[in-house]
Amino acid sequence: MRLLVAYSFRNLLTRRLTTFLTAAGMALVVFSFASIVMLAEGLQRTLVQTGSADNVVVIRKGAGTEVQSGIDRYQAAVVESDPEVAFGNDGRRLAARELVVLINIPRKGTNSPANLIIRGISKSSLVLRPQVKIVAGRAPKPGLTEVMVGQSVVKRFANTGLGSKMNFAQRSWDVVGIFDAGNTGFSSEIWGDVDQLMQAFRRSVYSSVVFKLRDASEFPRVKERLENDPRLTLEAKRETTYYLDQSAALAKFLRILGMSLTVVFSIGAIVGAMITMYAAVANRTAEIGTLRALGFKRSNILTAFLLESLILGFLGGMAGLCFASFLQFFTVSTTNFQTFSELAFGFALSPEIVYKAMGFSLIMGFAGGILPALRASRMNIIEALREA
Amino acid sequence: MVDAAEVIVEIRELSKSYRRGGQSVPVLENISLTIHEGEFLALMGPSGSGKSTLLNLIAGLDQADSGSVIVGGVDITTLSETELADWRAGHVGFIFQFYNLIPVLTAFENVELPLILTSLSKKERRRHVETALQLVKLADRMDHYPRQLSGGQQQRVAIARAVVTDPTILVADEPTGDLDRGSAEEVLKLMERLSENLGKTIIMVTHDPRAARRAQSMKYLDKGVLANAPEATLAECF
Repeated sequence: MRLLVAYSFRNLLTRRLTTFLTAAGMALVVFSFASIVMLAEGLQRTLVQTGSADNVVVIRKGAGTEVQSGIDRYQAAVVESDPEVAFGNDGRRLAARELVVLINIPRKGTNSPANLIIRGISKSSLVLRPQVKIVAGRAPKPGLTEVMVGQSVVKRFANTGLGSKMNFAQRSWDVVGIFDAGNTGFSSEIWGDVDQLMQAFRRSVYSSVVFKLRDASEFPRVKERLENDPRLTLEAKRETTYYLDQSAALAKFLRILGMSLTVVFSIGAIVGAMITMYAAVANRTAEIGTLRALGFKRSNILTAFLLESLILGFLGGMAGLCFASFLQFFTVSTTNFQTFSELAFGFALSPEIVYKAMGFSLIMGFAGGILPALRASRMNIIEALREA
Repeated sequence: MVDAAEVIVEIRELSKSYRRGGQSVPVLENISLTIHEGEFLALMGPSGSGKSTLLNLIAGLDQADSGSVIVGGVDITTLSETELADWRAGHVGFIFQFYNLIPVLTAFENVELPLILTSLSKKERRRHVETALQLVKLADRMDHYPRQLSGGQQQRVAIARAVVTDPTILVADEPTGDLDRGSAEEVLKLMERLSENLGKTIIMVTHDPRAARRAQSMKYLDKGVLANAPEATLAECF
């Protein structure tokens, strides 16, 4: 077996340029596959990390997201009074009435406008989201036209730095803080006092009520109580589920896009590998004859050539994944189609993507190699030996 | 000496034809021949006389239309293709005109190649390969690739590969056909030694009377049948 592997591997080394070009073709396919799937993974991870499992998001029934939701003050008060709402250190209930509005501001460099989420926050909002940390300045004070801005927003939008003035909702807002929410959707938001924002945007209803559960396992009962309360027309979701649902459609779209593109590209790579392997078989006809004469069976020849093509696939897969892994250093932004707001996220490589990409690459190697390998194994010994 | 030895190859009424353009072209017709253990036989004849076909049939590379080839007591014409592959691995050593070494394997690995089909351990394989390479006086070149060896040296590696499994018969198809006179002489001497000192049975197809002269016996094929060699050929050979 060792000699068989050495034979296959050294044959690939002997024709370095062809090997390089064929493997590069496969690497390109693996790269495009991995990058799109990594994008979907990154998106999902960003949105899922946005939520915490013991937080509950309450929105209007059927609204789907906070952007389309509306909860009036009376309903908000009913939700906040639920016995399962946790209490903070200060004795106040850990519940926040929030407003989510989209605004349109120009991006840095291009000046083309994009939608951004403005979140009106209450006193408990920051306690409910421990992942949100103020890295510069301070939180906006209630009653003032102040906002704090997520780090992704500062990077990508003009006039959003600390000390800047932002104009929206016919008012001028001072940027008094910058917050870091890690790899979450909050990093792409602007936060201000909920009552100030409601007045400015002339809204009479909140978008959502977020609260922390005393006991995370009580969620099903809380959900049942809130959704069956005749005074309310609301639905309750765990915060993690809420954000996962938001990412599901886009992530699915990206995965299908990735898979379809890959299938199309891979046909090219498979044909490339097949041409390479057919050429290898043609050039080594005498070798095949010799090996068969020495007593090697058809199956040995099939294995040797298939192994060669699988090594090609493996090399291509490794190279493609290697290049794709560098994408983790980049951040991209896209529109979250559930909220129509700009969302920044990175490419994320997971073990599953590695297995899938490598599997895909080996399948390409197999598909490209099987016909030439079969031809090699079926050669007539005498005719093959005549090629010497 | 030859007559007293055991018959190792017995060919009975062997016929073979090829189909060419829908027509059957006979290559060998009713050939009967015996080869004794330790014999060094030269098969001669003009091009197209069927000598390579006969060699291929004896070596189990091709299937006969009728007749039988019994090598070491086994009628190889009854074996399936897979059985034939196993049989070749254990019983036949090949020496080709163009050496047919695998270019990406070293001399050592080329000689080791037939041994990986056996159940020998790695250590035993190494011992066998080293012995075979010593026999052809190329032990110091075992790590060289075929491209780093001269034609004569490559053919000696091929001979080491042929003998490393200690096969029942050695078949050589024009073993000196691609060599200069000096190298050809070396290779022939080596084959002579294999036959005389180690008792190897060698069947060699050749056009070269100098090569045939090294053999103990000679058979002449003409138009697919065994015939008497022309006077001129005989004179050149003996």
